Amino acid sequence: MAGVQVSDVSRIFGAHKALDDVTIDFADGGFYALLGPSGSGKTTLLRQIAGFDFPDSGRISIGGESVERVPVEKRRIGMVFQNYALFPNMSVADNVAFGLSVRGEAKAVIATEVQRALDLVQLAKLGVRRPHQLSGGQRQRVALARAIVTKPRVLLLDEPLGALDKALRVDMQIELKRIQREIGITTIFVTHDQEEALTMSDRIGILRDGRLVQEGPPEEIYDRPKSEFAATFLGDANIFRGDTTGNGIRLPDGTAIAAGAGATLAAGTKASCAVRPERIRIGTDTGAADGDANMLKGQVSKRIFAGNNSTYFVERAGQTLKVIVQNTGADRLAEGQDVVLRWSPESTVLIAAT
Amino acid sequence: MATTRILEALGRLYIGLLLAFLYLPIIIMALMSFNVSPFYQLPFEWTTEWYASLWQNDQLIAATWNSLEIAVITTLTSVVLGSAASLALYRYEFRGKKVLQALLFPPIAIPWLITGTAMLIFFFGVGIGRGLFAILLGHVALALPYVIVVVSARLQTFAPELEEAARSLGANQWQVTVRVTLPWIMPGVIAGGLFAFAVSFDQFVVSYFLSTPGQTTLPVEIYAAIRKGFTPEINAVSTIIIVVSMALMLLTARFFKFGGEK
Repeated sequence: MAGVQVSDVSRIFGAHKALDDVTIDFADGGFYALLGPSGSGKTTLLRQIAGFDFPDSGRISIGGESVERVPVEKRRIGMVFQNYALFPNMSVADNVAFGLSVRGEAKAVIATEVQRALDLVQLAKLGVRRPHQLSGGQRQRVALARAIVTKPRVLLLDEPLGALDKALRVDMQIELKRIQREIGITTIFVTHDQEEALTMSDRIGILRDGRLVQEGPPEEIYDRPKSEFAATFLGDANIFRGDTTGNGIRLPDGTAIAAGAGATLAAGTKASCAVRPERIRIGTDTGAADGDANMLKGQVSKRIFAGNNSTYFVERAGQTLKVIVQNTGADRLAEGQDVVLRWSPESTVLIAAT
Repeated sequence: MATTRILEALGRLYIGLLLAFLYLPIIIMALMSFNVSPFYQLPFEWTTEWYASLWQNDQLIAATWNSLEIAVITTLTSVVLGSAASLALYRYEFRGKKVLQALLFPPIAIPWLITGTAMLIFFFGVGIGRGLFAILLGHVALALPYVIVVVSARLQTFAPELEEAARSLGANQWQVTVRVTLPWIMPGVIAGGLFAFAVSFDQFVVSYFLSTPGQTTLPVEIYAAIRKGFTPEINAVSTIIIVVSMALMLLTARFFKFGGEK
């Protein structure tokens, strides 16, 4: 087991900078998600760590050992591919045994280790099957067993759950997390699914256009996004743009929005404020605010009922705001109704314009 | 449902005619190899005389062995070289790759008569001359594009992640090729080998150009024999070849069923 350090890594394909000076420290034993839209460079980064491709500049080390010029077969990593990449000409057991077998391990050792790995992914009885006789979820487990049976220093997962349907994906998320905890392996997980990144990982790195936009624990990125992109890519956010007033902004129509203590910006520059839809209270009472210093008036243009909650779309000064309200049994607001939105400065994140 | 029945009957008739078209000449030839009359005269009278005299025809037997030998060596050589070439074309990017790939197809379309003439001139020019070795070289050159085309087509269905997965598990290039890539392309390799064998064993034109009186292949020898005067021994040797090659084809078909991916 080992941590992975990526320092100042750049990778250029022709005129396209796929990775632009990326530095991330993947802690030993951690579960790390690389999140970003397609073309953000997350898979390119994973391939540099795996050793399928070498960076043009920068350093990569696994367990303190410099590996940026070491080919994949010598890096002692385990990798799970998006389409599983199981060997179709081999049985499940032979697939899992492959890594040990090319290493020249003794037959008895291989048999024991393969059985242990199949037990771990709960496929003990399916060793004799062929990959095409398995369901998607089972193939996923075989791919995982094959990747970890060689006791790699780091486990790399390239959108491993992308091909599964929703219900199975949630099962596999729990399963993957359990197995990762059980063997305590450093895991780097590429995904474009923000929910998956939030629920599974200890830390998330958000990539955009080959750059690392923000990095940290899921709670921190969700609660304290440092850019509009991070705020809107990980979860939903209402974005207000205006001039900085120090610890808040003033909208073009003069309304002030106060942000929580902490980040302050020099007054007079452009900035934005981000507010999560579930942090906003919606009502019809225009009376004085009680602690929720931020208040805006608007009109409900649309309501989407989703059972446990409702999403209101509120029109206000040409902007559509999103508010999510838990279903507490309180009266629902009608479309077209005039409403008042309130939220606290603590729920507001001040973001410097980029 | 009368129309369905009529259509069904027509379908059966069509299949029957098709099979008759394909196999009737062969069946007649096979029957005539057991007929007493050397001039295809009826009534049919059973004999194995022609097989006995074929056994005595050293020239025809020698040519048969030559053909088999050349076909087997051609198959093995072109399968090894062709598969390796296909893998290289699949895996690596290099200068002139597109040109090389484009140049692989025309030899299949160029008439063998022209290829044969060109080979004859070339082999004389470089001092190889005519004979069995020249024939072998010619056959390998003819068979190679077929193998490359068939194996490359199979490689197009290969998922490159499989090689990446094998490498990530610590396999070196050789282990990746032998344990992951080759098993996948094996049906293509076998099909390519069959093509190579057929191109060589059926080859008349190029062999005719490159053979010398003592060193010749079966098709050329048959042609020479027919020119001298037709003998039912030709029927006999053809029948043997048909039985053997059909058995080979059926075996291969069986192998494909068991060895295929599904």
